[in-house]
Amino acid sequence: MTKKLKIIVLAKQVPDTRNVGKDAMKADGTVNRAVLPAIFNPEDLNALEMALRVKDKNPNAEITVLTMGPGRAAEIIREGLYRGADRGFLLTDRKFAGSDTLATSYAISCAVKKLGEFDLIFGGRQAIDGDTAQVGPQAAEKLGIPQITYAEETLEVTNNSITVKRRLERGTETVKATFPVLITVTGSAADCRARNAKFVMKYKHARTISELADAAEDYIALKTKRPYLQIDELSVADVQADDTFLGLSGSPTKVKAIENVVFIAKDAKVLSNANEEIEELMKELIANHTIG
Amino acid sequence: MNHYTDNKDLKFHLTHPLMKRIVELKERNYIDAETYDYAALDFEDAMDSYDKIMDIVGEICAEIIGPNAEGVDHDGPTVENGRVTYAKGTQENYDALVQAGLVGMTLPRKYKGLNFPLTPYVLAGEMISRADAGFANIWGLQDCAETIHEFASEEQKAMFLPRFNEGATAAMDLTEPDAGSDLQAVNLKATYDEKSGKWILNGVKRFITNGDAEISLVLARSEENTTDARGLSLFIYDKADDAVTVRRIENKLGIKGSPTCELVFKNAPSVLVGDRKLGLIKYVMSLMNGARLGVGAQSVGISEAAYREALKYAAERAQFGKTIDQFPAVYEMLTNMRVKLHAERSLLYETSRYVDMYKVLQELQDEGRKLETEDRNDMKKYRKMADIFTPLLKLISSEYSNQIAYDSLQIHGGTGFMKDFPIERIYRDARITTIYEGTSQLQVVAAIRGVTAGGYLERIREFDAMPLSAEYEFMRRHLQVMTAEYEAATATVVEFKNPEYIDFHARRLVEMAGNIIMGYLLLQDTMRSEEYRISAEIFIKKGAAENNERAFYIKNFSLKDMDLYKA
Repeated sequence: MTKKLKIIVLAKQVPDTRNVGKDAMKADGTVNRAVLPAIFNPEDLNALEMALRVKDKNPNAEITVLTMGPGRAAEIIREGLYRGADRGFLLTDRKFAGSDTLATSYAISCAVKKLGEFDLIFGGRQAIDGDTAQVGPQAAEKLGIPQITYAEETLEVTNNSITVKRRLERGTETVKATFPVLITVTGSAADCRARNAKFVMKYKHARTISELADAAEDYIALKTKRPYLQIDELSVADVQADDTFLGLSGSPTKVKAIENVVFIAKDAKVLSNANEEIEELMKELIANHTIG
Repeated sequence: MNHYTDNKDLKFHLTHPLMKRIVELKERNYIDAETYDYAALDFEDAMDSYDKIMDIVGEICAEIIGPNAEGVDHDGPTVENGRVTYAKGTQENYDALVQAGLVGMTLPRKYKGLNFPLTPYVLAGEMISRADAGFANIWGLQDCAETIHEFASEEQKAMFLPRFNEGATAAMDLTEPDAGSDLQAVNLKATYDEKSGKWILNGVKRFITNGDAEISLVLARSEENTTDARGLSLFIYDKADDAVTVRRIENKLGIKGSPTCELVFKNAPSVLVGDRKLGLIKYVMSLMNGARLGVGAQSVGISEAAYREALKYAAERAQFGKTIDQFPAVYEMLTNMRVKLHAERSLLYETSRYVDMYKVLQELQDEGRKLETEDRNDMKKYRKMADIFTPLLKLISSEYSNQIAYDSLQIHGGTGFMKDFPIERIYRDARITTIYEGTSQLQVVAAIRGVTAGGYLERIREFDAMPLSAEYEFMRRHLQVMTAEYEAATATVVEFKNPEYIDFHARRLVEMAGNIIMGYLLLQDTMRSEEYRISAEIFIKKGAAENNERAFYIKNFSLKDMDLYKA
């Protein structure tokens, strides 16, 4: 392939909810981020690996990592660079605070448009903090491009198309889409490669402007000599987004309450196969939202 | 999970004060930062990079190599049509390390290396050995690159060295059916071919680890009508020439993932490394020293793995109403394992720093840099210490790894004898460490010079003069008593001026020196971190008792008692 593929990887920094202790939630029902380490969302790592594998076969492809979050989410960009991404942007602005999936996908679609032409967008199927699996599909809709969800493996990439194996509940499906396309990747896809020693040493001093404010003098001088060490930040104004679709005002999702549910088997119930008893059980299950 | 961050000892040794000097020398005023975007900017930056890169190794060990170990042990490599195929897990392990850019770690950047000192490389070797000791051999054979770098021509270096970082595997082809411990008997024939300007190799090699590697260093007889070391030269064979076949691979007790090959060379073209006749005398000796340091790292890694298995099992297994780690018989074993582990690890990194020091000074001198008198003296001093510490390390750590694996299996009881827990594999893997790269008995032969010529004692005196807090003074006094006892025992043995008598008691004397040295090293570690105080105290107490037994035996032994041992 001669074409220079342009690939965007959507990645999110999330609290590590896989090993939560007692104090993982605050009394008000929000996540206690202070006690949970911030990590690269696992399925976004699968997505990054899928992008890197496309690049392995097409060395002149360019991978851009795009993440939205507070200043410390710049770590996600560095983690991407350590594994072979070419550059990264941090979408960050106080106005994004409180965004639900709708507002987030709007912000991301604005940023993607700002980044210019692209062929492929990869993202994880869902993040382990919200587990909605909505941001990828919503972003594709807002960008007006096709989407492939639950992607597990790339089978072929040509100048203008990609063929992907999707993981379904009972088997797989092979689909092909022309560029540009957004692909969400499942956790059953290949694990992400380890950080590369040379990339780590090359990019470990990469910083956003905000981070630089706290950095030592020498590294500011270093940045002038090595412009690739600058991680660009994008604000609401930079991506020309409309404030009203962002943050709390742009988020129709309202959290009513969060409660800690512990599943335990309380007591057993023996049913006969009489119609009335089954009918009764159905009603009960619908009433307590187990089904329906 | 991460085998670097879950083991505080590693960073402790990586950040030893002598690293400052090693790194400053190795980085030559950080000149590479002008040319390479991944080069270190200053000392702190270099140390930060080692830390970050060790973190990558630790992650690969915990996430890939460790989990693959059981499958690799079970499947093993296969040979078909003269070519070796690794077990699936082995290939995955190697690919992961290559992708992470970790092969050729110590090579200069112009050969695509990371220009790391040996110490972080040894540390990586220890972690990989903990995850899978057999796989550590395949990875550790990048030592061959070090030998090529040290002794080959510029042209050869440019041709072979960059391939390591791209993933080339390596082998050192030394042993033959009739030349094992006695490498002087090597018979593989090398003949010079005027037409091609290459050396043609013919013959058989046996017990060659990773024999089907892409780049092989081959010891061969280049001088006709010779029978000893002076007729041997070292050659590089490139697998691309397709003139060596693997006749069979051995079915082994342990390290089953590492293919041990019998090789047939049929008119295999090769290039000469350095000068003729120096193959064994100079180059292989250097290669072997590197390999022995590698076995040291491997042994410490195995010890770590065995100790962790024991600790975990003993904390879970309950008998007579409590977990077995509550019983004195078991907790004493567990603590002794940890104490040995701390001692051998300290010896490992002390040795690797000596090697680092002299090698980097040697490199600077070879580059044409005029060394200051102090540097020249240091080069000599550290080389001398590396020469006597390397066999000591190999001897002690390999024996410890077997003892620790044995005790760990014992703690597992009947369960440990089954294939259900990792300890049975670790136990089998440990067994080779006292045998290859020179048996324990041969390490003693190399180490006894440190006893008779006074090298160990000289270093012990230097340790003794190092600053120490008053609260640890009682431990130093024990060590001083042990030193006097060691001197007396040595004098008793040497007095007879009988080489056989010295050989007879050699191991006892070397081990006495080892106990004193490790005692002082643990004291030094305790000065840097209180964490090691208990290990130092126990080690010195036990070491004093052990040395006392040896001294007693020597004292009450006479020349004619040796006859009792002869058939």
